[in-house]
Amino acid sequence: MKQIYLDNNATTAVKPEVLDAMLPYFREQFGNPSSVHWAGRMVSGAIEKAREQVAELLNCSPAEIIFVSCGSEGDNFAIKGTAEALRHKGNHIITTTVEHPAVLETCEYLEKNGFEVTYLPVDKDGMLDLTQLEAAITDKTILISVMWANNETGNLFPIDAIGEIAGRHKVRFHTDAVQAVGKVPVDVQAAKVDMLVLSGHKIGAPKGVGALYLRRGTRMIRFMHGGHQERNRRAGTHNVAGIVGLGVACELARLNQEKDYAYVRRLRDKLEQGILSTVPDVKLNGHPNPDLRLPNTLNVSFNFIEGESLLLFFDMKGIAASSGSACTSGSLEPSHVMRAMGVDIVLAHSSVRFSFSADNTEEEVDYILAELPPIVQRLRDMSPLYHRQEPTPLHCDECRMVHKAS
Amino acid sequence: MYTEKVMDHFTNPRNVGEIENPNGVGEVGNASCGDIMKIFLKVEDNIIKDVKFKTFGCGAAIATSSMVTELAIGKTIDEALVLTNQAVAEALDGLPPAKMHCSNLAADALHEAIKDYKAKNS
Repeated sequence: MKQIYLDNNATTAVKPEVLDAMLPYFREQFGNPSSVHWAGRMVSGAIEKAREQVAELLNCSPAEIIFVSCGSEGDNFAIKGTAEALRHKGNHIITTTVEHPAVLETCEYLEKNGFEVTYLPVDKDGMLDLTQLEAAITDKTILISVMWANNETGNLFPIDAIGEIAGRHKVRFHTDAVQAVGKVPVDVQAAKVDMLVLSGHKIGAPKGVGALYLRRGTRMIRFMHGGHQERNRRAGTHNVAGIVGLGVACELARLNQEKDYAYVRRLRDKLEQGILSTVPDVKLNGHPNPDLRLPNTLNVSFNFIEGESLLLFFDMKGIAASSGSACTSGSLEPSHVMRAMGVDIVLAHSSVRFSFSADNTEEEVDYILAELPPIVQRLRDMSPLYHRQEPTPLHCDECRMVHKAS
Repeated sequence: MYTEKVMDHFTNPRNVGEIENPNGVGEVGNASCGDIMKIFLKVEDNIIKDVKFKTFGCGAAIATSSMVTELAIGKTIDEALVLTNQAVAEALDGLPPAKMHCSNLAADALHEAIKDYKAKNS
């Protein structure tokens, strides 16, 4: 059976060049880079080379890069580290309702510890109102945290403009750029961000490694206590092979991003136009202007069908995608991003995300466009909501009770 | 995450559709949870002669709907009324724990349809 992987916003395959570069660091060059002897010395250079590769992609100094274990750690570090370091200045944080849980749950945790958080709403296209953002800033505001690109819709936020606002008000600016790095140009100087988080496994490096860009002179509290690694900013023995892999993946992204993502964009646009023109009752989720979305992401709702059933049928045809339905989110409610955009509850359960990489082909897009309409029709014929006359029951008292209890 | 039986009933659901002029219809679930199940009955001499279903929901929701129709056909309405959601899940060799709340409502839908039948025929 064909295997078509269209879930690259969830994770990517490790690139062959990345794996090749990593392999020597498991057996031959296994030392701890903090050791003084030959085994340690052998690998410390590799860490610094990777730091330069990451820095070059982001247009910053290598000293401003801190290696971490994943994007979530980077976001926790940036937000909690700032909250503690700047507590004397204020207790207010501004973020958005559509952030990744690594940001949202960190903010909710801080709310329980005396911080106040403003969650900015988005419009039906998933976009922010920057006047509202600026108006939310008070003399207690210590941090603005806005993602560079949304993982579900692919929406790109105006990071340059937000950086300008944050700079003018002298408020620190953090961006979760996990989905943006490697897919669109990311320049921390041009965007005036103070902290940026990226994750290795979204860009062809392995899982278990990421990086935090921390602008020189930005005061932070240590997040992980222990050894003196990362200039005393993040303790823990270096994940040498992972860091080497991240470095190579960043270098490949720097060299190939423009070419790769022009190609990916063509595939995404073809799938998008193909679905919208051949399947009725479909809604595009995210900004209608494809220039304002990541070039690799397409999120559509197939009305009257629950997302998990669609994914299971896709899976039987070898197509791997993801959904914002409650069943796939692991909670009792559909995606918080769809809810924030005011997407109808049925449509939120019906949302499917296709996310491409440069490994995908046009032939795969043709295959999906051929296989998809009959699957959608089959599930619609099974659905009591299709051609329904009476109103759809919307609420669940039992769910509300479950939420209250938790 | 699903058993072979669940996948079988999901990919080849039994008794999908509607019955023309049913003498009992039941619907449970809601869009908030993402599962809505509708059951149509044809009852003759207190025996369920035909059952059909329509379901909006995940793999488990569709599989339990299909299974409950198989279990109900040929039973008297009193026998069908003692069918539980748990029994439907067991007939499918079990469901993942996360699916036990929202997606395992098929027996409830059947009971609603029987209530509807009883109300119409009392």
